[in-house]
Amino acid sequence: MIDRDQVLHVAKLARLRLSAGEVDRMAGELSKILEHVETMNELDLEGVEPTSHVVDLTNVLREDVPRPSLDRETALEQARDATETGFRVPSPGAS
Amino acid sequence: MSDELLNLTAGQQAAKIEAGELSAGEVFEFWRGRAAADDLGAYLWVADEVPEDPGSLPPIAVKDLFCVRGVPSQAGSRILEGYRPPYTATSVEKLQNAGVRVLGKTNQDEFAMGSSNENSGFGPVQNPWDRTRVPGGSSGGSAAAVAAGTAPWAIGTDTGGSIRQPASLSGIVGLKPTYGAVSRYGMIAFASSLDQCGPLTRDVTDAAILLSHLQGRDPCDSTSIGIPGGVSLPTAERLDGLRFGVWGMREPGLEPGVAEQVNATLAKIEELGGGVEEIELPNAKYGIPAYYVIAPAEASANLARYDGVRYGPRTGNGDLTALYEQTRHDGFGEEVRRRIMIGTYALSSGYYEAYYGTAQKVRTKIAQDLSAAFEQVDFVVSPTSATVAFKLGERTQDPLAMYLSDYYTVPMPLAGIPAISIPCGLSEGLPVGFQIAGPAFSEARILDAAHALEKSIGFEGVPVSVDRRDADRRSQDEGPEAPLG
Repeated sequence: MIDRDQVLHVAKLARLRLSAGEVDRMAGELSKILEHVETMNELDLEGVEPTSHVVDLTNVLREDVPRPSLDRETALEQARDATETGFRVPSPGAS
Repeated sequence: MSDELLNLTAGQQAAKIEAGELSAGEVFEFWRGRAAADDLGAYLWVADEVPEDPGSLPPIAVKDLFCVRGVPSQAGSRILEGYRPPYTATSVEKLQNAGVRVLGKTNQDEFAMGSSNENSGFGPVQNPWDRTRVPGGSSGGSAAAVAAGTAPWAIGTDTGGSIRQPASLSGIVGLKPTYGAVSRYGMIAFASSLDQCGPLTRDVTDAAILLSHLQGRDPCDSTSIGIPGGVSLPTAERLDGLRFGVWGMREPGLEPGVAEQVNATLAKIEELGGGVEEIELPNAKYGIPAYYVIAPAEASANLARYDGVRYGPRTGNGDLTALYEQTRHDGFGEEVRRRIMIGTYALSSGYYEAYYGTAQKVRTKIAQDLSAAFEQVDFVVSPTSATVAFKLGERTQDPLAMYLSDYYTVPMPLAGIPAISIPCGLSEGLPVGFQIAGPAFSEARILDAAHALEKSIGFEGVPVSVDRRDADRRSQDEGPEAPLG
């Protein structure tokens, strides 16, 4: 149901590198899982509203009051590579 | 002191601290020693000393995915190895404000994706009832710690059953509150429309105590509401006039030993004055298919942030894309990669309506089934899990078999309603859980019913002391039939 090319396409969308063996295994596993998922299609869902959220809330608002946030040093502390003012990354490259 | 404390619930310990019979510092130190000696793999981090202010309640074991300032909070994932957050989750902060200190961080399935704790990036957890079996998951470390008596109580999270199923398999109480009852701020997110924090405890009263402190509206989580009227301690000893609708007893995968204990519990409900009738949830069997679209879809978005830039290990040479792809390959475990792939596929162009759109409609159907049931009965009850704790490794090669472990627990988070699992007996020497679900914000009524039933069941063996289990094992090993080695 899901072939190698689809797995590679989805992996690219998800920014995941997969080894050749993983691509084959993933194709088999995803096909089996999606086959089970597709049992949903047995149901007549004509006219059924989708549920995106179970709590009936609209427009939860708060006062726009400034308050302290993390200082820059703390925010950068966990990064493997940072300058004094930001996160450092390699060039985005051609792809 | 050791036996005395091990035999008390957290609530009873709190009463002794308040009466001045025990000091909070002593209690913390006792549990710290127990947690540090854990050999089930339940803990990923244990406090190294008694805090300056030891609080006024027994300390708590916290699932790894809760951010605690300055303390490793890795969600069971190598991609967050060594991460020490600069802030604390609201739920943990509320417990701290109530006088509960953090005892340790517990092992879990990576990003809460799993039903056995075998998907942890830091190794599996053994079930204290039988070390060759899983404790359930994803809050497996929290469940094993409470069951083994290495924590007085714990918190975890439930997305499709991750509090109730490990509570069931480990012989303790686990409560998933109504969606919105407890703030999700500072919980490392898995599936945001389903995730909810809740207690794993030795008895129903301890669960009520924790929930009373955890619940509440939080400005940092706009989906949080709290529980209207709060939570009081359960007192009920009878079930007169209450109607219990039982479902799922004809499922082919239901173990006869589990069914037997659940039926015995239904008989107890009647002895206590409650009514039992069979109900249908016609769409419950589509819960797993819908869940395994919705949860991975939300996860694929939530986990996009792990890219090696702002926190966690970084791998890969070359350009920025290579860094992202290699970091995510090396940091995420197999199950997490699988779910990111399912979710990304389900949300990708051309498939969105067929998968995510359909799953959201199925979610509506399941919520309607439950609403219809609550017109007829006060509570919807079932086994929590079709089986007792399974063997380590038994389901790891078959992702779908693992997913079906959540059959009885998935409908409730899809509908956003609360449910508790309480231990109701043993099958083949292993605990069986009984699940009680109610309408949104019916936690007080669920806790009362569970309290009455708990007294009547009189389940023993909580906590299963690690020492005692080891002693049992040693005496078995000395027997003539013990295997060599």
